[in-house]
Amino acid sequence: MKYVIIGNSAAGIAAAEGIRSADKTGEITIVSDEKYHTYGRPLISYYLLGKTDRGRMRYRPADFYQKNGVSPLFGVRAEKIDAQKKQVFLSDKRVLPYDKLLIATGSRPFLPPMEGMEGVKNKFSFMTLADALSLEKVLSRKKKVLIVGAGLIGLKCLEGIAGRVGKVSVVDMADRVLPSILDEEGAAIVRRELESKGAEFYLSDSVAKFEGDLARLKSGREIPFDILVVAAGVRPNTELVQDAGGEVARGIVTDFRGETSLKDVFAAGDCVESYDITSGRRKILALLPNAYEQGYCAGVNMAGGEAVFDRAMPLNAIGFFGSHVLTAGSYEGESILFAEGERYKKFFVKEGRLNGFILINCSERAGIYTALVRNGTPLSEVDFSLLEERPMLMAYPRAEREKMLSREV
Amino acid sequence: MKRIYVNEKWCLGCHLCEYECAFANSGMTDMVKALKGKAIHPKISVEDGGDIHFAVNCRHCTDAVCVKSCISGALSKGEDGVVRIDQNKCVGCFTCILVCPYGAIMPAPDGHAAQKCQLCTDNLCGEPNCVMHCPNRAIVFEERAEGGAQ
Repeated sequence: MKYVIIGNSAAGIAAAEGIRSADKTGEITIVSDEKYHTYGRPLISYYLLGKTDRGRMRYRPADFYQKNGVSPLFGVRAEKIDAQKKQVFLSDKRVLPYDKLLIATGSRPFLPPMEGMEGVKNKFSFMTLADALSLEKVLSRKKKVLIVGAGLIGLKCLEGIAGRVGKVSVVDMADRVLPSILDEEGAAIVRRELESKGAEFYLSDSVAKFEGDLARLKSGREIPFDILVVAAGVRPNTELVQDAGGEVARGIVTDFRGETSLKDVFAAGDCVESYDITSGRRKILALLPNAYEQGYCAGVNMAGGEAVFDRAMPLNAIGFFGSHVLTAGSYEGESILFAEGERYKKFFVKEGRLNGFILINCSERAGIYTALVRNGTPLSEVDFSLLEERPMLMAYPRAEREKMLSREV
Repeated sequence: MKRIYVNEKWCLGCHLCEYECAFANSGMTDMVKALKGKAIHPKISVEDGGDIHFAVNCRHCTDAVCVKSCISGALSKGEDGVVRIDQNKCVGCFTCILVCPYGAIMPAPDGHAAQKCQLCTDNLCGEPNCVMHCPNRAIVFEERAEGGAQ
């Protein structure tokens, strides 16, 4: 059996592990357009912050490929697939035959059209190790940085570089930071933390045009800068499947086994569309845990096993300096709020079930809440008044607890 | 594999397991010197509610969601089934805390990494120290078949 995996990040590595759980001998090839051993992609901000380094940010041990019988092809791009002939065409003109193929091509930065962008000298995206390494080369205490985008990527970049540059300004069209995962009050807490480290925010605003090293905003304000980081969102890399005639909506469409509409072609991670159990909608859940689950599931199925991953949902754990933000699910339903200083806790209860939550600076045992969301546990079956105060297994009936703590799980 | 299991009805709520855990992981040989006057950060914790008490620590899940969710590759499941964390690789993002359904992973004392029970394979005890010193056998360390109780 010949397996080809396009993509060397979480979903691709997970697929290799999934394949090896069911098939110890088949040939596995991983194709990557990056030239590095697999690394934790979200770690690039921690790298700039000095909390990790090139060696420690390896996603798997140095001998991973060898130990798992995986042949990696680094620095090579998969340019086309032929799903009939079952071949992958590479940028170095090689053609790889496959029996089962996984597309784990992730996403790329979305660069909104901005006038005068071509005249900006130092401009960067912030998604890959190569991005972080090239950004690092230009950092210095004298430089002013402008980040376009106050989302997860933009703000993690801010945290990574704040201590290494003179000034960081952030522009976003939204009226608050982290608009995709935080409400207004929660966002205000994170914003205060970042402002206390010297960051300056220009919200409900956007760049009208760049004049060399000056950004003119729609509001008329001006921001001089030396370095520009564009973190205005991402787009899934769906072209390989689309061009081969496979179904693509917001992302590549797969079934819960991870197979696309093309036979023997699977897809996983940030390039696919997931079914979010907390909103009932299909969307791109560009999150590492989701990528791993989908990749592993696809790998098992590629190797002839039986696996399903149908519990996808938004999950975010993101820290800034000393603060921690943990969120899950969708913010639909009745909200219940507990706030005290910089501690913030908001639950969303819909149809008698916990549908989502925001926790800022109260991380303790948060997974107990996540399990309620993921399992769709009726709150009538637990003591939710205890759980509102803090997460605990005491809130479950004794028989449920016995299954958790007195049996193999 | 041998895991720690809870006999809720035998737990007295004495919290001795928490102290034994902190002692086992202190690297010291004298419990008084190791713990006296210090805040402890055990990897096992006892929940108390009226007459009910029970200890909770890592279940070493067969299909460990923390390992699958870890963004840095710091969490792994060994061939012995033990779920371990390499704190040197951990960046303290707390994704594992967000996904553990048992609430069994917690920030390490310095706040910059996570910590969890490794069944005392990471210290000199050999066998879980909490179990060895539980006065009422409310936690045990043994093999149990999947789905089987007591």
